[in-house]
Amino acid sequence: MTPKTSAAVCGMGHSMKRKEDPRFIRGQGRYVDDIQLPGMLYMDIVRSPYAHATIKAIDISQALKVPGVLAVITGQDLAKYNLHWMPTLMSDTQMVLPTDTVMYQSQEVAAVIATSRYAAADGVDAVEVDYEPLPVVVDPFKALEPGAPVLRTDKKGKTDNHIFHWEVGDRAGTERHFAAADVRVKQDIYLPRIHVASIETCGCIADFDKAMGKLTVYMTTQAPHAIRTVFALVAGHVGLSEERIRIVSPDLGGGFGGKVPVYPGYVIAVAASVLIGKPVKWIEDRMENLQADSFARDYHMTAELAARKDGTITGLRIKTIADHGYADAAANPSKFPAGLFSICTGSYDIKHAFTELDGVYTNKPPGGVAYRCSFRVTEAVHAIERITDVLALELKMDPAELRMKNFIPPEKFPYKSVLGWEYDSGNYAAALAKAMKLIGYADLRREQAEKRKRGELMGIGISSFTEIVGAGPSKDFDILGIKMFDSAEIRVHPTGKAIARFGTKSQGQGHETTYAQIVAEELGIPAQDIAVEEGDTDTAPYGLGTYASRSTPVAGAAGAMAARKIRDKARKIAAHLLEVAEEDLEWEPGKFSVKGAPQKAKTIQEIAFAAYTNHPQGMEAGLEATSYYDPPNLTFPFGSYICVVDIDRGTGMVKIRRFVAVDDCGNIINPMIVDGQIHGGLTMGMAPALLEEISYDEEGNIQGGSFMDYLVPTAMETPRWEVDKTVTPSPHHPLGAKGVGESATVGAPPAIVNAVVDALAHLGVRHIDIPITPEKVWTILKEKGVAE
Amino acid sequence: MSSHSIRVSVNGAAHEATVDARYLLVHLLRETLRLTGTHIGCDTTHCGACTVLLDGEPVKSCTVLAVQADGRDVMTVEGLEQGGKLDPVQEGFWQEHGLQCGFCTPGMLMTSYALLKRNPDPSEGEIREAISGNLCRCTGYVNIVKSIQYAAAKRHAEVS
Amino acid sequence: MIPAAFDYLAPTTLDEAVALLDRHGGQAKVLAGGQSLLPLLKLRLGQVGLLVDLGRVPGLEYIKEEGGFLRVGAATRESALERSDLVRSKYPILVDTAAVIADPLVRNRATVGGNLAHGDPANDHPATMLALGATVVARGPKGERTIPIEQFFTGLFSTALAANEILTEVRIPVPPPGSGGAYLKLERKVGDFATAGAAVQLVLGSGSRIEKVGIGLTAMGEVPVKATDAEASLRGKTPDPKVLAEAARLAARAANPTVDRRGSVEYKREMARVLTERALRRAIERAGGKR
Repeated sequence: MTPKTSAAVCGMGHSMKRKEDPRFIRGQGRYVDDIQLPGMLYMDIVRSPYAHATIKAIDISQALKVPGVLAVITGQDLAKYNLHWMPTLMSDTQMVLPTDTVMYQSQEVAAVIATSRYAAADGVDAVEVDYEPLPVVVDPFKALEPGAPVLRTDKKGKTDNHIFHWEVGDRAGTERHFAAADVRVKQDIYLPRIHVASIETCGCIADFDKAMGKLTVYMTTQAPHAIRTVFALVAGHVGLSEERIRIVSPDLGGGFGGKVPVYPGYVIAVAASVLIGKPVKWIEDRMENLQADSFARDYHMTAELAARKDGTITGLRIKTIADHGYADAAANPSKFPAGLFSICTGSYDIKHAFTELDGVYTNKPPGGVAYRCSFRVTEAVHAIERITDVLALELKMDPAELRMKNFIPPEKFPYKSVLGWEYDSGNYAAALAKAMKLIGYADLRREQAEKRKRGELMGIGISSFTEIVGAGPSKDFDILGIKMFDSAEIRVHPTGKAIARFGTKSQGQGHETTYAQIVAEELGIPAQDIAVEEGDTDTAPYGLGTYASRSTPVAGAAGAMAARKIRDKARKIAAHLLEVAEEDLEWEPGKFSVKGAPQKAKTIQEIAFAAYTNHPQGMEAGLEATSYYDPPNLTFPFGSYICVVDIDRGTGMVKIRRFVAVDDCGNIINPMIVDGQIHGGLTMGMAPALLEEISYDEEGNIQGGSFMDYLVPTAMETPRWEVDKTVTPSPHHPLGAKGVGESATVGAPPAIVNAVVDALAHLGVRHIDIPITPEKVWTILKEKGVAE
Repeated sequence: MSSHSIRVSVNGAAHEATVDARYLLVHLLRETLRLTGTHIGCDTTHCGACTVLLDGEPVKSCTVLAVQADGRDVMTVEGLEQGGKLDPVQEGFWQEHGLQCGFCTPGMLMTSYALLKRNPDPSEGEIREAISGNLCRCTGYVNIVKSIQYAAAKRHAEVS
Repeated sequence: MIPAAFDYLAPTTLDEAVALLDRHGGQAKVLAGGQSLLPLLKLRLGQVGLLVDLGRVPGLEYIKEEGGFLRVGAATRESALERSDLVRSKYPILVDTAAVIADPLVRNRATVGGNLAHGDPANDHPATMLALGATVVARGPKGERTIPIEQFFTGLFSTALAANEILTEVRIPVPPPGSGGAYLKLERKVGDFATAGAAVQLVLGSGSRIEKVGIGLTAMGEVPVKATDAEASLRGKTPDPKVLAEAARLAARAANPTVDRRGSVEYKREMARVLTERALRRAIERAGGKR
């Protein structure tokens, strides 16, 4: 795509070097733990070793003797202010600190406030808690059996562990259709719990200014405004008022969804600061992060496809048990308790579909959409792409051919799926064809056939996914009632430079660069001259934050719309300066000129100066605009990924030999940044597929609660990703852009699983649950008699 | 709990401090000397966000006691830029988009800096091995490799 | 993340260090590279009253051949071992081993002595030293003594070192002509402890017969395992596939792993077999024999 602007202006399509990098490469980023305030105290948290237990007593006397320890806060203290429980983003409730019962291992039980980090840690060690263990519920299926211990006894009248039931589609019609279908396949698919583990953990500094009654919280949050409003609603009764709450999200060391929820640590730190009147810093350790922060996945799915013998997919059914931990604290839009799972018909034109899901309570941390999942799209795509391959095996059909046969063709867009989504645009066959060409698909199949004769195991796996991002239109999307618009406020200065503030919050996605490029595209002001700010609720316009790949689709659109409002005013000023009618002016990036007399022109810089020095009478001075953008629809990025694996018959180790990713995110703002998002997303797709897992034993003890056992890939495990693009613009987005942050995490895992299964399919293997560990593979090889 | 007077040279400047025996080097740098470019990302010596040079060798400063650095030379990310000129590794990461959130970046920069001093012409495999003690969640490592290759070429160009 | 309080001293002579250990008994621990000890202290798993830092004691970092032995000072960093021209040319098994210990950053601090003295069967050098038939040199209040490596590992996290002794050197016999060795480690990712590890050091004599062989296994029990039955099955034999497969099978029989996230008992034992066979083939190749 050739950029419309020059390299000097650097609008869309330029691989502009990032404007934020100069501070990061010098180690001058400003992350929450870098900030020190005068008189600041430190908080550390006492955590439960038990997954389910009654608290008999908490003895803080020894802790208070530790030099430097000032206070120990318990649930009883918070209960005095009714702050011991708080609402979750899904309108459930969760504890801030317990008064009688703990519900998951590593749950927050008490907080130590001290004058130093080291004293706080010593204080935590000295708090003595007397627990009486209770029966633990870790299996969501057992949790639903009659007679299972009821976990949420805090909810009046609750007699089971069922949270909610959700369904969409035509249940009866789909059932009839399945009953009459020629071919049916069914597969249980479990996606275990994983944790996003961004390199910076979560934390905050709560700073309550007693004199002014103002609370400032520096916080690792992807959604600062939502947090501010939540604090005002939850703590309004203790005197916090929204105009005197300021949330500052400074530089964030990754987010990926893990920095959206309100964690108890934040609330306790705020309470501590309000009570003590000094700033209180809380930064969690990595183990606390892995063991208590919001998780992702934990979906037990049963997927079924109905098809004709010729391979036409005609029906889809998916039933899911969703393990939410002890509270539904998933950060979904409120009407979507299963997120956007109903995208599960995927890239295929499926005429009959039904999906249902039941959420279940267990003795585990609450959550869970916190791992670059696009609101459960990772789960939905894993299901459809896996069951499609199962069908291919059943029909003895090549999986590429099966997909090509069933893709929604380009002429059917906008496409209304039977589960209710209107896909804006797509060209699935082109993406898959491109991927197949890049990887040399036909040659690989020949190689595989030869290798099979020699007993060598190699596999080729495809994933052709459709993503759904950009939440979302106000008629359907809200978080705790707040609609999911997003915003941009742009002000052009007299010297022709500009500042643009947004309601989103980058955690590494490069908004300081990409948003500047959007504004540069629309106004012709060089991107280098446009300062971009996010994250301070005192100055940024209200927005819902950055997660689920919504920034470009929503806030990016707001940026374009605000810039266009500015352009409209600029036109008026230009007309005034050039003494012509507005209709006589022509726009090119950075300049209005008179039609037919191009030498009579005014640059945007000249116009900006005039806005303050020579504006038309009757018009307000200044040159700025705000836009709150309500997207008319979501956007639907898509792609085709192909993975080639070789399996070591001795150890079961899977090596990714090649991985080609062809992505389509519509019009691209910065190709370099898009590629970076894809590289990172692919790595976060490979990690759950092969390495990462958080599980619990029968006592609720976490397995994988530190980097010792929670295996984040290094540069040695990560292949060299090969990436390419097709471009199918979004018809409804002002820039034709779609968003791309999570496409690769969504699309990659099934491509890898499909490749491993493909390597073993001739032995009768149809499915393997992730993570595909060497031991899992080796066990299969042994059973099939082909282990070395 | 013993307390110790130490003298550490950091980025060429001598610093004196009195520290507890258990005080970690990373905290000496971040909290006492307020050089917050070095980051903390884990508690089990895995992530490498805390990487600094100790007597020229890249080490995880979270797993070194401040007292062990007494009398030694430490170099942090803040010491890379000299006289207003970025080091080739810094330039490489900027040019090749080797960072996104920036949190692992100082550690990556110090490891890369040390690598290129020892091995000015690393292969891709050698680069990946050298940074295998530094975790990144954002970039997928592809552009980090490119950044280091850029820096290697730049260093050659500067010498010649 | 933050250790409990402890005292710290950095003696400047070996005798001073020994005296400190002697005086403080079980309350004192040696600090060398700290890459095993400090992580434990940071998690508050294990209390220590006094850390005795060897970092200021000169003369403990060296790699040299002398008197028929490769002598490695206990404070030699793993990265130094990995990079040493002498080691790379004559003791590739040591390079194999050093190169898979943790990650490159940890190896800039971790020491060979520490890797042995920690007594962790999941560390990598123990198996290699068993295969090499190494000797450990220890210094105590009464002076120096040598401990054959087969007697060095006495239990989980415990060694033949007394509380007042410091490991000062590891001695490896200079390999005769026809020698070859290899260490293979199966790990879930770089930086992990071994799921399984196998060290083989052998000598091929006339007629390509295996004259000498040592096989050590990592992470296969409470102590590093010397696969003596496997070794016996190889002596005097020419290394054909059946012989190697049988030796590997015997090595796996000597393995006694425990189940954890790295694998079941069965899987780990089988991996001991697979790695032993592969390490044997590699060692033979390096010894100049055919694969």
